[in-house]
Amino acid sequence: MFDFSNITSWLHNLLSVTCGLGDFWTILIECILVGVCILAGYAILAIILIFMERKVCAWFQCRLGPMRVGPWGIFQVFADVLKMLIKEIFSVDGADKVLYYIAPFLVIIASVGTFSFLPWNNGAQVLDFNVGLFLMSAISSIGIVGIFMAGWGSNNKYSVVSAMRGAVQLISYEMSLALCLITAVVLTGTMKVSGIVDAQTGAFGWLIFKGHIPAIIAFLVFLVAGNAEANRGPFDLAEAESELTAGYHTEYSGMGFGFYYLAEYLNLFVVSGIAATVFLGGWAPFNIGVAGVDSVLDMIPGIVWFLGKTFGIVFLLMWVRWTFPRLRVDQILKLEWKYLMPLCLINLILMTVVVAFGWHF
Amino acid sequence: MDSILLITVILTAVVLVVGAYVVAKLVGPRSYNPVKGQPFECGIPTRGSSWIPVHVGYYLFAILFLMFDIETLFLYPWAVVVKQFGVMALASVGFFMLVLVFGLAYAWRKGALEWK
Repeated sequence: MFDFSNITSWLHNLLSVTCGLGDFWTILIECILVGVCILAGYAILAIILIFMERKVCAWFQCRLGPMRVGPWGIFQVFADVLKMLIKEIFSVDGADKVLYYIAPFLVIIASVGTFSFLPWNNGAQVLDFNVGLFLMSAISSIGIVGIFMAGWGSNNKYSVVSAMRGAVQLISYEMSLALCLITAVVLTGTMKVSGIVDAQTGAFGWLIFKGHIPAIIAFLVFLVAGNAEANRGPFDLAEAESELTAGYHTEYSGMGFGFYYLAEYLNLFVVSGIAATVFLGGWAPFNIGVAGVDSVLDMIPGIVWFLGKTFGIVFLLMWVRWTFPRLRVDQILKLEWKYLMPLCLINLILMTVVVAFGWHF
Repeated sequence: MDSILLITVILTAVVLVVGAYVVAKLVGPRSYNPVKGQPFECGIPTRGSSWIPVHVGYYLFAILFLMFDIETLFLYPWAVVVKQFGVMALASVGFFMLVLVFGLAYAWRKGALEWK
């Protein structure tokens, strides 16, 4: 497999040895490059995802979707971003200015922070801690605070209701999410994201094959909880546009609204990416143990595997979003606390039994 | 290096927000009228404060969340060593889970999970 760390170490050598820069300048330039790469990937993915959402939604409703701006409407999203940028930014009277202006920062920090944990290819990963999954769920919960602050600080009744709903929904589903990740960690024995992917290489090495029943249950629960955590689909209570106008971002204009829009789509991608990484092997190719077939599958680059799996799950979540009607707040809480939570706890015990007695592959 | 990268990522996010705000401030139009600053209420003026007491059910779930979130916090380090400890890990977490499930069952029985 192609190892991306060859490129990064070559770059490091180029800066420190060939150009003779000191440690400080080398690290500074590398950090700036990392930041530029993250921003570029973030922007490109946001544009692809928004366009994909519009087209998928249109096709599910037997429409064409955006068609006017450019061939098949591919420049529609660029036009929208431009429109958002040149709109006036103003805040509402009597808003809690501090909360109102800090909230987008927290939402974007959570989104970018979790985004940089995704393993794109062998060695192509920005953040790779030994407490990876744990830190990732810690960073993702900053976004909840952001959403709550935005709703509460807006001085709008709809937003306050939305903030409450959003907070109770996100904190509830965070537990199922964490328990599903713990189920995966029990099997792999490491929280490091690259370590988890490494554990899934080899013939039928993906976690849903290795961990069979408990891993498949965890994967399905993760998709449901992740969909709720990304504030989408049947779980978009916080911004229920038919009851709460736009929920917590009602009072944000122009780019202020744009940040929430951006973060929502990127959170969808991050949730799908984590599901693909933890349960479907990340960049690890699908191997079946037959040398000829495996070598052909190994020739496909890791990033293609990763993006293929991730966009497959993204499509699945969009399918769910445009198929099911929105749930009520009591139904959402009932689903989490009475069904998913007990299921996750039982599933965790089941996985521990499987691992303790060695009944996995 | 890892902690530097974490700081870089957070700074990148901050730069993204600040940059977009600055661009929007520079190129966007500016005008003011008193109606513009009103909170949106579907076309009618808002009456009273927006920061009103909300349904107590939200707090019940927040308290339950505190309990179970700390539980998941303890489970993370345990999950890493399950492979080394085998049946011993199963026994220890079994007791831990028993206490927790008892707590959940108590909350369920008391009706804390009902939305009234």
